[in-house]
Amino acid sequence: MKKELVQDSQLVSNYINGNENALSILIERHKQRIYSFIYSKVYDRDVTEDIFQDTFIKVIRTLKRGKYNEEGKFLPWVMRIAHNLVIDHFRKNKRMPKFDNTGEFSIFSVLSDSSLNAEKTIIKDQVESDVRRIIEELPEDQKQVLLMRMYQDMSFKEISERTGVSINTALGRMRYALINMRKVIDQNNIILTN
Amino acid sequence: MAKIYSNVSPKNNNLKPKDETISFLLNYSKALSVINYNKLKFEALLN
Repeated sequence: MKKELVQDSQLVSNYINGNENALSILIERHKQRIYSFIYSKVYDRDVTEDIFQDTFIKVIRTLKRGKYNEEGKFLPWVMRIAHNLVIDHFRKNKRMPKFDNTGEFSIFSVLSDSSLNAEKTIIKDQVESDVRRIIEELPEDQKQVLLMRMYQDMSFKEISERTGVSINTALGRMRYALINMRKVIDQNNIILTN
Repeated sequence: MAKIYSNVSPKNNNLKPKDETISFLLNYSKALSVINYNKLKFEALLN
């Protein structure tokens, strides 16, 4: 507690005269306030750490060069340096915006590359050929309805006209076609997802 | 039941720089020396 009795200005002049320990006392005395001040502006631990370090590098250089004049108090002077460096930090980030992926929300979870890569292309081909083989297994009437509906994009009304059955029959065949396909998929453990 | 939606901001009591940062600064200070030559000032980092 005796250290607290030594004024900042005294410590500064001790430091300028070569007492390195005085700087350590000054940093120890004010580090929490300066750190919190920077953190309250940037809300990022790493950035705060960087700005804190840059602040004191500036302090050290100014003091060693003998450019410091004891007009004001030491702490407000350091705060002013920290404040200016915080502004510099935001200016720099405005020029070079970067993605912050530390938060919960990531822009990349929304944006995706719609084109398929080599692996996905192979999987897609595999899935499509599996589906075609399963369709080939279906009874002829069900297969016909399913191909017309899914591959030729015909309505059930058109299908019923083309095949000469009622709409309800066409719907029923479609339903059984899907049920049968699911059954085959389950029985053979076929995975049709990408 | 009334729900209080306002978040209690977590108290940050350990808002202080890392020890490495402090020790870096102290070492930097020890290493830095300013050489005066006439009216010019030169900085030298003597590590």
